[in-house]
Amino acid sequence: MTDTTNGEVLLELDGITKQFPGVLANDRVDFDVKSGEVHTLLGENGAGKSTLMKILYGLYNADEGEIRLRGNPVTISSPSDAIEQGIGMIHQHFMLVPTLTVAENVALGLPSSKRMLMDLTPVRQRIRELSDTYGLAVDPDSYIWQLAVGERQRVEILKAIYRDVSLLILDEPTSVLTPAEVDDLFETLRQMTRGGRGLVFISHKLHEVMALSDRITVLRLGRVTGRTTPAETSREDLAHMMVGRQVKLAPTRTDSTVGEARLTVRGLNVIGDRGTPAVTDLDIEVRSGEVVGIAGVSGNGQRELAEALSGLRPVASGEVIINGTDTTNRSPKEIRRLSVSYIPEERMRDGTVAEFSVAENLILTDHDLPPISRRGFLDFNQIKQVGSALVKRFTVKTPTLETPTSSLSGGNIQKLIIARELSGDPELLIAAQPTRGVDIGAAEYIHSVLMGQRAQGTAILLISEDLDEVMGLADRIAVMFEGRIMGVLDRAEATISRLGLLMAGVEEPNDSE
Amino acid sequence: MSDFFTATVLLATLASGIRLATPFLLAALGESLGQKSGVLNLGVEGVMLLGAYGAYYATLRTDSVLIGIGVGVLVGAFMGVVYGVVTLALKAEQGISGIGIFIFGLGISDLLFQKQVGTPTPIDGLGHFSIPVLGDLPLIGEALFQQNVLVYVAFLLVPALWFVINRTTFGLNVKAVGETPEAADSLGVSVDRTRYITIIVGNAMAGLAGAALALELAIFQQNLTNGHGFIAIALVYFGAWRPSGVMAGALVFGLIQAMVLQWKTLGIVVGTTASIVGMFPAVLTILVLVVVSRGTGAPAALTRPFERGH
Repeated sequence: MTDTTNGEVLLELDGITKQFPGVLANDRVDFDVKSGEVHTLLGENGAGKSTLMKILYGLYNADEGEIRLRGNPVTISSPSDAIEQGIGMIHQHFMLVPTLTVAENVALGLPSSKRMLMDLTPVRQRIRELSDTYGLAVDPDSYIWQLAVGERQRVEILKAIYRDVSLLILDEPTSVLTPAEVDDLFETLRQMTRGGRGLVFISHKLHEVMALSDRITVLRLGRVTGRTTPAETSREDLAHMMVGRQVKLAPTRTDSTVGEARLTVRGLNVIGDRGTPAVTDLDIEVRSGEVVGIAGVSGNGQRELAEALSGLRPVASGEVIINGTDTTNRSPKEIRRLSVSYIPEERMRDGTVAEFSVAENLILTDHDLPPISRRGFLDFNQIKQVGSALVKRFTVKTPTLETPTSSLSGGNIQKLIIARELSGDPELLIAAQPTRGVDIGAAEYIHSVLMGQRAQGTAILLISEDLDEVMGLADRIAVMFEGRIMGVLDRAEATISRLGLLMAGVEEPNDSE
Repeated sequence: MSDFFTATVLLATLASGIRLATPFLLAALGESLGQKSGVLNLGVEGVMLLGAYGAYYATLRTDSVLIGIGVGVLVGAFMGVVYGVVTLALKAEQGISGIGIFIFGLGISDLLFQKQVGTPTPIDGLGHFSIPVLGDLPLIGEALFQQNVLVYVAFLLVPALWFVINRTTFGLNVKAVGETPEAADSLGVSVDRTRYITIIVGNAMAGLAGAALALELAIFQQNLTNGHGFIAIALVYFGAWRPSGVMAGALVFGLIQAMVLQWKTLGIVVGTTASIVGMFPAVLTILVLVVVSRGTGAPAALTRPFERGH
């Protein structure tokens, strides 16, 4: 890294404009980063943060505007150009080759000391030195597929430090980390800025933004809508700048009477896609009028649990009882007939048929029942009536009922699924990641709808990686780690630190014994 | 059957099995290199036919086997450029493009043969070359070390390819591009450049495989390869994308072919039985694919075109 004094301007983006078909992703955006600071780029999905950074990293070309590094205009038309200019990027999805070792992943793309021949000895040596300096413990000879998610993140950071970047872009780096891992990451990042590097932190998690940033720039619909610092602002103000109106970050909780058990799971074991146990000896109960949250880092068996409960995945052993009926290994259809609704995690794959129209997707679960169909024939008048009523009631923004679902925004597709699933006032709702990737406005609305269902007596099993969401909505919170429930906390006793420890697999001392 | 289990016959079968394995091995090694980088080429058979015809025709005109081999390799490399443009620059679907290359090679090689040669004219094929000392070993010397030069080339390419893939920076790029092209690209490794190289080299090896077949048989005819190229693709799966595994598969197929031929010669199998036994390699191919396609080890990005930013 070239010598820099803290405070020197490393990067200036000047009037960057990028047009995609039908969308102005960046509209004359100005942005700069000084050495030694964390400058956060905040905005909702689709606000243009990732586009801006992909332009800086050479993955897209800007239509207009100028990029200057240390005052000199530069052209960056590929990642190699960016790397040459000392820019590194940690992508939202890991950019690691799972079948290669840590050292091989770090060495990839770099010239070797033995020219054409690979020479990993100095690479291993340097990785060990950097690991010590930055507290990034990882074995250079481990294969990536053997590593846990937190370790993979460390490899990504090592790749950047190894290349001696002076400017590092981090695109939503915390989405797969436990709270403790996030703390460690932030400590490493602060150490990097002390060395004079400049960091761009992209996020939509407001408390992380407040904790890490030196400066914050907010984007909405491709434009800069605010520039501030954590000292001058609050989470509410930031949300306002992101959405363009006042939003309630915490859902309003109403009273609700908790009734009899609607879902009882005993000793559940489920096998995952790789043939290994995904859910192990799991017990849980959800009663009417309560929200039970399942917290945890994704990939700890939550998806398999939701699929087993809704009949999409076989149960290896154990029992699932819904409303007094044993539904273990029953078909999804039989389970749905017991007044069970399911909001799946993958809304485009499991929640909707992308090519189908909005109306068709709205009747997907009861298209074979009256009044939608009679003697095997669809009643299109009914479909239209039911469809327009649901679209109105759940404020799904769509040009027409015939519009293909794939052309709606993520938030509106999710509202469509919720409209369909809640239209029959279910007695049990299984909601997996109901607001993931959804804009704050839609998330706020979905939260209020879920709270409304709870007040009406629906039993809700809420599976979510978003701790704020679980803590805001759930009456009881169960934490899943490696397929097991590590502990169940009542709403009042659930703090981020307690949940964080359970999410990392640390068992709580049992004081009842 | 007892006629078969004599030292002379068994050694002769071994020698011919190794020789018959050579075109499989060359083509399958080339295909495995392309697949390692994430590109499936179903057109190996067509490229082999063009390479075979090129080698045959050049040898016929120049009386030089060496020029014949060179032309076979060049024709293969040229087809690699064509396939690269189709799948990398134009991002065409790989399965269908490969079938197109096969049909093209099948048709053009026969057309050129009919127009330029017409009647099958034998050429002087590859002579046998006895490796000093080793070739004089009792028993196995004749079977293993008195082969034509392309046999040695093919078997030497096995460690060579292993070395390139596992010990060079280029090999690291190939593996990265075949598994996670986005990651390679984000570190400045050119995905397309890497894939062009593997495809061109891989197809040149298919061309060489065709040349090996034509020069071994010292003749060309319509559809000379008769499925060799497709079996070579199956061998890549059989060998789990490892040069040594590919070699084992090629040897199994070569030896089975040699054994069936030997049985026919000795009259151990005749008539319908001979035909049924002759089907054995095809049945084995299907069984191998059924078993292996369930396993893992395939490059994760196989058949997936790469587009930056997607």
